[in-house]
Amino acid sequence: MSKEYKNGSRRHAVRQFDLLILSDEEVFLCPEYAGAPAVMMAQQQERIVMDVGDISRALSRIAHEILERNKGTKGLALVGIRTGGVHLAHRLVKRIRDIEGTQVPIGELDITLYRDDLAMRKNQPILRKTTVPFHISDMKVVLVDDVLFTGRTIRAAMDGLIDLGRPSEIQLAVLVDRGHRQLPIKATYIGKNIPTSREELVHVFLEEEGEEDRVAIIKA
Amino acid sequence: MGLKHKDLLSLASLSVDDIHLILDTAESFKEVSGRDIKKVPALRGKTVVNLFFEPSTRTRTSFELAAKRLSADVINFSPSSSSVVKGETLLDTARNIEAMQADLIVLRHPSAGAADTLARGVKSSVINAGDGWHEHPTQALLDLFTIRGRGMQFPRLCVTIVGDVAHSRVARSNIYALTKLGAEVRVVGPPTMIPCQLERMGVKVFYDLDEALQATQVIMMLRLQLERQGRALFPTIREYARLYGLTAERVKLAQPGAIVMHPGPINRGVEIAPEVADSISSVILDQVANGVAVRMGILYLMSGAG
Repeated sequence: MSKEYKNGSRRHAVRQFDLLILSDEEVFLCPEYAGAPAVMMAQQQERIVMDVGDISRALSRIAHEILERNKGTKGLALVGIRTGGVHLAHRLVKRIRDIEGTQVPIGELDITLYRDDLAMRKNQPILRKTTVPFHISDMKVVLVDDVLFTGRTIRAAMDGLIDLGRPSEIQLAVLVDRGHRQLPIKATYIGKNIPTSREELVHVFLEEEGEEDRVAIIKA
Repeated sequence: MGLKHKDLLSLASLSVDDIHLILDTAESFKEVSGRDIKKVPALRGKTVVNLFFEPSTRTRTSFELAAKRLSADVINFSPSSSSVVKGETLLDTARNIEAMQADLIVLRHPSAGAADTLARGVKSSVINAGDGWHEHPTQALLDLFTIRGRGMQFPRLCVTIVGDVAHSRVARSNIYALTKLGAEVRVVGPPTMIPCQLERMGVKVFYDLDEALQATQVIMMLRLQLERQGRALFPTIREYARLYGLTAERVKLAQPGAIVMHPGPINRGVEIAPEVADSISSVILDQVANGVAVRMGILYLMSGAG
């Protein structure tokens, strides 16, 4: 439901408030939070860095860039990474349909089984379903995620994807790139670069989850 | 949020939330079994030991396949080829296996409570794959998963368990699970095979199969344990087949669309007529396929670093 993390000294502060939204990426880095409940962050300070219009325009641009780079929709498929990436992938597919008039196949990928911290965890993360209802072999697959951060989610997603077949190419589209990569991974399409400090949380709120569309930096 | 338990010993000790978590997790693994490459790296570097003190093909193979599809290393251990014949105790055997850094031990044992004893003695997670007449939790979970996969809801679902309930760990685990989930459970069999005071487990007891099948949505057949024939639980197999064998006519007494389940191995022509076992209402082979997905889910959930 969210995409952010915290580490180091920050953990104590968060634990006191007991307010915390966890995402895959964040759980990579602080596995002890896996069992913590997802809570609203109403009392916390939130600085909005992208609003409804910004998100919409960024997605329109990404849709055009995807079409431009791949010269149309032939052999193209979008795969969203659960959960935020799935919503964004659906929006991109709709935009591509509006522009080109063709329906691009869409899949949903759960990366849990490919995480690099499974062996170290006490509690296993909840597994969700991977649904990729088409053969990805020889397709140009665009992975879609909401926030690009350490790159570990994307590494796991690529491994997961390759277990399903051999795409001719894997590209990456993200709404937000916040830096702090821990792996040599780079996005092909970026909605917005947002410089952040490691201590901050970047959260993408989406209408599909009952929120008003916005990207916020959150300070506890 | 994972399972709170170190071990999976019985359905009696699982909460409704635990059951749903296992079934939901299995749902994800069903997709993995349908892929071209049926393997995920989730349990890489973990060791699963199948410790089977009773003969079993289905359950052992199912666990082995589940572990392998999760990339775990699997060791199969059977007592006939081991130090058990030299008089080693269960706990000593298990401790030796544990000393070799096994993460999960899957135990099948002829004595009720064996898995529980083992779980208290070792640090590895123990999964009960059948202990005497006590429980067979993974079988019940795969039965639940199969029922759910047919689009049936558990609250007020009418399930009839037919056969040798007294000696069936499958029946016991299913009764615990189904009653917890709010299903109406009926059991039917000859009086010699129905334990007294079984009603205390929240089930309705019948001795007439035709009567028990009325309005049933799930018919769960139990294997007639022919090896126990010497115990004189019924006069002849023919009589048993006539009174408690599931025939195509009897299936018609149940609710239309009812499914027929059997944990295997089936005795064709005894507890179940061949045409019923092979009919479209039979989900027996679905149960086997689902068994792998459910066991993958269980191994995954139990494999936390602990």
